[in-house]
Amino acid sequence: MAVSNPKFDASDALLAGFDSPDGAKWAVDKRASAAANLRRMGAPVKRHEYWKYTNPTGFTIFPAPSAALFHTDETPMFDAIDRVKLVFVDGVFDAEQSDDLTLENVQIETLSDSLSKDIHWAKELFGVLENNGQTPVDRPLAALNTAVAQEGLAIRATGHAPKPIAIRYLHSSETSDAMVHHIVKVDEGAHFTLLESGPGAARFNSVMEVDVADKAQFHHIRTQGRDHERRTATHMFGRLGLESIFRSFTMTVNGILTRNETVLEFTGDNAKATVGGTSAGDGKEFHHDDTVFVTHDSVDCESRQVFKKVLRNGATGVFQGKILVKADAQKTDGYQISQGLLLDDNSNFLAKPELEIYADDVICSHGSTVGAIDDDALFYLTSRGVHKKQAQDMLVLAFLGEAIDEIDDDAIAQGIRDRLEQWMERRHA
Amino acid sequence: MNEVIVKDGVEEDTVIAVQALGGKYKYGFETDIEIEYAPLGLNEDIVRLISERNEEPEWLLDWRLEAFARWQKMEEPDWAMVDYPKIDFQDIYYYARPKSMAEEKPKSLDDVDPKLLETYAKLGIPLKEQALLAGVEAPEEERRVAVDAVFDSVSVGTTFKDELAKAGVIFCSFSEAVKDHPDLVKKYLGTVVPQTDNYYATLNSAVFSDGSFVYIPEGTKCPMELSTYFRINAENTGQFERTLIVAEKGAYVSYLEGCTAPQRDVAQLHAAVVELVVLEDAEIKYSTVQNWYPGDENGVGGIYNFVTKRADCRGDRAKVMWTQVETGSAVTWKYPSCILRGDDSQGEFYSIAIANNMQQADTGTKMIHLGKRTKSRIVSKGISAGKAQNTYRGLVSMHPKAANARNYTQCDSLLIGDKCGAHTVPYIEVKNNTARVEHEATTSKVDDEQLFYCRQRGMDEEEAVALVVNGFCKEVLQALPMEFAMEAQALVAISLEGSVG
Repeated sequence: MAVSNPKFDASDALLAGFDSPDGAKWAVDKRASAAANLRRMGAPVKRHEYWKYTNPTGFTIFPAPSAALFHTDETPMFDAIDRVKLVFVDGVFDAEQSDDLTLENVQIETLSDSLSKDIHWAKELFGVLENNGQTPVDRPLAALNTAVAQEGLAIRATGHAPKPIAIRYLHSSETSDAMVHHIVKVDEGAHFTLLESGPGAARFNSVMEVDVADKAQFHHIRTQGRDHERRTATHMFGRLGLESIFRSFTMTVNGILTRNETVLEFTGDNAKATVGGTSAGDGKEFHHDDTVFVTHDSVDCESRQVFKKVLRNGATGVFQGKILVKADAQKTDGYQISQGLLLDDNSNFLAKPELEIYADDVICSHGSTVGAIDDDALFYLTSRGVHKKQAQDMLVLAFLGEAIDEIDDDAIAQGIRDRLEQWMERRHA
Repeated sequence: MNEVIVKDGVEEDTVIAVQALGGKYKYGFETDIEIEYAPLGLNEDIVRLISERNEEPEWLLDWRLEAFARWQKMEEPDWAMVDYPKIDFQDIYYYARPKSMAEEKPKSLDDVDPKLLETYAKLGIPLKEQALLAGVEAPEEERRVAVDAVFDSVSVGTTFKDELAKAGVIFCSFSEAVKDHPDLVKKYLGTVVPQTDNYYATLNSAVFSDGSFVYIPEGTKCPMELSTYFRINAENTGQFERTLIVAEKGAYVSYLEGCTAPQRDVAQLHAAVVELVVLEDAEIKYSTVQNWYPGDENGVGGIYNFVTKRADCRGDRAKVMWTQVETGSAVTWKYPSCILRGDDSQGEFYSIAIANNMQQADTGTKMIHLGKRTKSRIVSKGISAGKAQNTYRGLVSMHPKAANARNYTQCDSLLIGDKCGAHTVPYIEVKNNTARVEHEATTSKVDDEQLFYCRQRGMDEEEAVALVVNGFCKEVLQALPMEFAMEAQALVAISLEGSVG
């Protein structure tokens, strides 16, 4: 009699929720190996160490929990910027609403096109970084994505991209369950900026694999939409070559469940990476989780993790960050700060900032603080005639500002500040 | 030994004691003594046998059996960053006592087998009541320390018992406490670390053989420092002691704990449980210098030190201070914790963990803030050398009702050499906006400039490293009682021996 394995059963239930995509033989093999990985790991469950603070059930049940659509008349994020706009509706690429897939020094294709060709650069990237990122921590939702995702883009920057690509994820069906997988290759010396905005779907699972070659630069800024009931699990896997730069920033307001995982690996010397984010959460139904894992395996690299969360009315913010410095990654400079600002008594901030260090000539530090708005600072402002509510807002924005400063582009940084200011104002409405 | 030069104001003994510390693991000798073992392995009969040997009442046996039944269903934890061969729990003796202690229990220290007394003398532990711990210069009246000496599974003797009794303080071995003060033991045993707590604590609940019991009555300041000295001697035995300290309202006690074991090439298990009950306005200081045999340079032998220590601040304004210097053991798995239940209660944790050669340490603390205005402070200094792995793992939890609670955490790691590892795994859980939590951690190597400065002034490299490391640990060393501070400071230097060059 066959003995049932609960991990297999749970994984098969996840896989059964999606069709098996076609493609070139190598792509089919990659997907099969991701599915095998998933079977080994099983579906994520709360008792896994890396799901300690976030209940993954919303990501694993079928059918996907529905999410009401959120209507707003505010100008979509990044609309004022000169960019190539690409639109996904409920996780499906919409060519009609998108600009042409042309940009100087950049090749843009859909994922399914790239995976159907027998010879393609995607072969060296698709599922590869995701697979590397599975040790030492299991990321079953990412393996699931690689196994079944059909939608996404394959982007290769061969030189300086004259303008960014902006991906907008629209949410139009209350029951959509989307899987999106992007692969991005930034060739040696190339510069490329990717912007992402919008909620994507009722349930949205995305994987982005980014290979930043020697001396290349990759910038990434993301806002995750204001839909209250959406569930989002994102995974970004980055590999950094010699003297490369990787910068990623995410702003999240609202969302019943958000898990943003970033997994970076330094493979060339003298590279720099920043992962940052601000999140503003309101209400018991807000749960936001940033999980970052940075592996240093080369000399003289610098990594920064800067996360700020402001929480009110029972919202929960989670930060799990790790810096792993391997034995030969000498002269590493690792920095990590996670701060929570609790605006009332019901909100929670849960953090696990980890260091794992095997090299001796390194400087690694991490800090984590949680507290309320500083009474002294508030008193200072009110004593100078600032209204109390306004003073509070100023202090909250100043707190979040330290993370927004990690964004290089002033216009975008200002756009993010404006959104957060609006978030604060809605509080008083 | 070099000629002893005694400076003004320093006792010659002090200098000799400190010099004597400057060797390799010096407690690795074995006492040749007849030992009576329980049969090898673990089953219900062994639990019954231990209980019978200790002449325990029925309720305690039932309590042990309950724990044993539970333990059989539990799984060994594997989340710590330590790696060791699987322990065969059936290949350990769970009870060993010197024969001389078996036939007729010595009535006083004078009746104790001289070989045992010799062992403690060799370890520098005075079992004579007039004696002082080595190397401390102070008026005799003020610096007395009462000692409970535990040898393998049994307590050999307790000093200053009568004088402590005059103050109302109960300080005796656990087995005596069960006989003489059953109500107190029954009332508090397992209330801080329940039988079901974790794998090793549950094992301990089933097979603990002896340990210390301390009871400080209301309003009493314990007239002297209390100390327990644990010695593993017999081969292939596990030591499972249980310590229970109760400080009634307004009581105060400072408690010291030391441990050593012979040098053997087979690893041995030590799984202790320490429970502290702190009532209103009471204060307990608990200091440990853990110097179990760490194994040799290749990681052969040594003690697996899997210990559960927890303090429960039940009353308002209760205070607990854990100070630990962890230099020994092949593998350490230890998280002395504070449950800050009473309003305004305070928990402090000062730790130096040194891992050299193939040692592995995964240690830290838990501060659980339940009461209003509770405060905690964590200062942890981890030092790794050789091929050792050193992990700080800690939890700070602010519950919704812990209004205005405060925590400050600082964990620093120092790496000496490029083959070792230093890790930090803090958990921070805040569910209250008036609470304030600050956590800082740094990892660095011994500063070249500081080393250069010392070398330039004629120190050799090892000495210079020891000095820098002592400076790095200063905040924790200062929190130790004086006797221990001396020993700890010297231990820091010894533990790092051979790590340079």
